[in-house]
Amino acid sequence: MKILAIDSSGLVASVAIVTEDTVLGSYSVNFKKTHSQTLLPMVEEVMKMTETEAEDLDAVAVTNGPGSYTGLRIGSSTAKGLAMVWNKPVIPVPTVDALAANLAGRTGIICPIMDARRGQVYTGIYRYEGNQLVAVKPQVCMLLSDVIAEINAMGEVVTFLGDGVPVHKDTIAELVKVPFTWAPMHLAVQNAAALGWLACGYFREGKTVTAAELVPDYLRQSQAEREREERLENHTTE
Amino acid sequence: MKGTVILAIESSCDETAAAVVRNGREVLSNVISSQIALHTLYGGVVPEIASRKHIEKIVPVVTEALNNAKMTIDDVDAVAVTYGPGLVGCLLVGVGTAKAMAFAAKKPLIGVHHIEGHVAANYICHPDLEPPFLCLIVSGGHTHIAVVEDYRTYRIIGRTHDDAAGEAFDKIARAIGLGYPGGPKLDKLAKEGNPDAIAFPRAHIEDCPYDFSFSGVKSAVLNYLNIEKMKARDCAAKGETYVRHGVPTGGDAEGTEFCPDVFSDGLTKADLAASFQEAIVDVLVTRTVAAADALGMDRIAIAGGVACNSALRAKMLTVGEAAGKKVYYPDPIFCTDNAAMIGSAAYYEYLAGHIADLTLNAVPNLKLGEQA
Repeated sequence: MKILAIDSSGLVASVAIVTEDTVLGSYSVNFKKTHSQTLLPMVEEVMKMTETEAEDLDAVAVTNGPGSYTGLRIGSSTAKGLAMVWNKPVIPVPTVDALAANLAGRTGIICPIMDARRGQVYTGIYRYEGNQLVAVKPQVCMLLSDVIAEINAMGEVVTFLGDGVPVHKDTIAELVKVPFTWAPMHLAVQNAAALGWLACGYFREGKTVTAAELVPDYLRQSQAEREREERLENHTTE
Repeated sequence: MKGTVILAIESSCDETAAAVVRNGREVLSNVISSQIALHTLYGGVVPEIASRKHIEKIVPVVTEALNNAKMTIDDVDAVAVTYGPGLVGCLLVGVGTAKAMAFAAKKPLIGVHHIEGHVAANYICHPDLEPPFLCLIVSGGHTHIAVVEDYRTYRIIGRTHDDAAGEAFDKIARAIGLGYPGGPKLDKLAKEGNPDAIAFPRAHIEDCPYDFSFSGVKSAVLNYLNIEKMKARDCAAKGETYVRHGVPTGGDAEGTEFCPDVFSDGLTKADLAASFQEAIVDVLVTRTVAAADALGMDRIAIAGGVACNSALRAKMLTVGEAAGKKVYYPDPIFCTDNAAMIGSAAYYEYLAGHIADLTLNAVPNLKLGEQA
């Protein structure tokens, strides 16, 4: 099995080619340029360095949300274009699960935090049973204080990671009442190699879609839709 | 004859489109998935909603375009895409998909300026049309008079100082309760009205004989509506009946305002629409024809979304032909945003060896004649 994994859901752009037991190549850039400019040249480079041809690949994996709306669509449109031409399936992986995959084997609970603005975060609560990732609380968009309240109630040691951590570090440190750690920088943000590791499991379980079926899971409506629904609700209650 | 076959993708605003075009002129397929119904709920295009719809539609639309042309990606010589101007989130869907397809299929990638695509729509509809010619470019974001010197060379000799013509149409359509999309609805209503009912101002810009300003005429229409609104309010205060109150909205679209079907002076909403449209069309046509005369050019083309406007087409034809010009405009289906026109413009980029690399990005405010 050989999978091309791509992630542009957050600040970092990351591409990897993995087999079931080896990361053949991985390439992450967390620097100025936009994902639109970097992602495909990174795919090209990783494929070249690992002498990967399209026919060697079984599938294209992509973090499918939540994340930056634009970033998700850059990843999604790239995966779609590649999969359509190569006639390969796509493996959509929840972004927060892929983040939790960075910390495989860790004891205690794992809480990825991505900034969702408006006081909210994209998050979830995970733990490892052996080498198996278990979502105690699947990925969700919620208030940071609410997820921390749940973690406090669980009473276990927790590790935080994700590009929302630097944004909310002080608040987290203030609110958390259980022992906690921050993931080190090389494990703290999206990494396509970890995505590829999870995606191998998805592929074995047949959890794939076609290029046409792939749709990002934003976990949140657009602002216009939200405001319209609020207006309609207010209108009917008046 | 196989010729040069280009797969083109367009997603700059509210249409997801793909087409297959041979040699820049022959449309083998042209698929457009419109989002108009979706945005009507909001009274205009919502960028995030449009972007989300594009990502859902892009693969089915591209697949249908290839199928309709009875081709696979292996049969095309290049993949082209609109990379600006437009809504950035929308552009990125087309750009991301086109880049990945070009890379995956090992085909050249061509970035196309959306407005150059609109100009090229004329090449599809008029096989005899070749540069040089004079082009009036009118859309929601552009109002230019440009000399198309060569397929890829534009010299802009006139431009708007404020609103684009299409923008003015949309704003007035909204003000009189027509909603989105304003241009076509206003055009339709204006057919029932008298274009000479109200003499709205035509702005002249000193020392810039081919430039435009539409803020004056827009304000004049809004003023007219405001005066009527106050009259209606006065009538209500005195317990009298205002001539007639129309329904002030276009469905549940926002931003629509008070506008009765008949005003206190006896003129109708259709008269208002027709008079406003005439004021815009009049300056567009007379300045374009004057520019053609001054430059000694005998061919005039119209391009862009507003090239669909029936009054503009009719007047340019009459006035242009009276001045000895040949007038060109695309069929309506090629005036709306479509990918066939992008495939046409891309062909001339391809001939010029102008190939983009995989770092191609969306450029929301890309200027006309600016190359990536």
